[in-house]
Amino acid sequence: MQLAKVIGNVVATRKDEQLIGHKLLLIQPITPDRVASGQSLVAVDSVGAGVGEEVFVVRGREASFPFLPTEVPTDLNIVGIVDHWSTDNANR
Amino acid sequence: MQLARVLGPLVSTQKQSTLIGAKLLLVQPINADDQPQGVALLAVDSVGTGVGEKVLIVSEGRAAGQAISQPMAPVDVAIIGVIDEVNS
Repeated sequence: MQLAKVIGNVVATRKDEQLIGHKLLLIQPITPDRVASGQSLVAVDSVGAGVGEEVFVVRGREASFPFLPTEVPTDLNIVGIVDHWSTDNANR
Repeated sequence: MQLARVLGPLVSTQKQSTLIGAKLLLVQPINADDQPQGVALLAVDSVGTGVGEKVLIVSEGRAAGQAISQPMAPVDVAIIGVIDEVNS
């Protein structure tokens, strides 16, 4: 998984049937120092995240697992909202 | 699989239900010379590691879910071993 910040909502009326009812959010992957890392991406949400929150996302086929047995065509899913983290800077 | 260094723990109350009880650690992938490589990842820990330890991670495919005995859990990175030494 990877850390990210939710930076926006995405609205798509015409979309794959299996995506209907799923919230789409724009996310920016971040480093543990809260620096933006790489390009922004669109993720589905399975935990009720909102704009401004720090979350973690899962990539790849595993991203669709929370919706089984429905096969939702996604490769990026917000699976947790972060309370806090800590890092030992000596090991960075 | 990849070498990584454990940076520290992450706490999340609101998470996908299959992740409840999983220990989450931020890890920094490293090369054989202990230099950081790429972006830090969030891993589930199935072996009981601590901050600063050098570990072995899987970050692709179904291996991560299998490591925590939850094959259908939405996880893509898992710590699966603690490195004693690397000879290169």
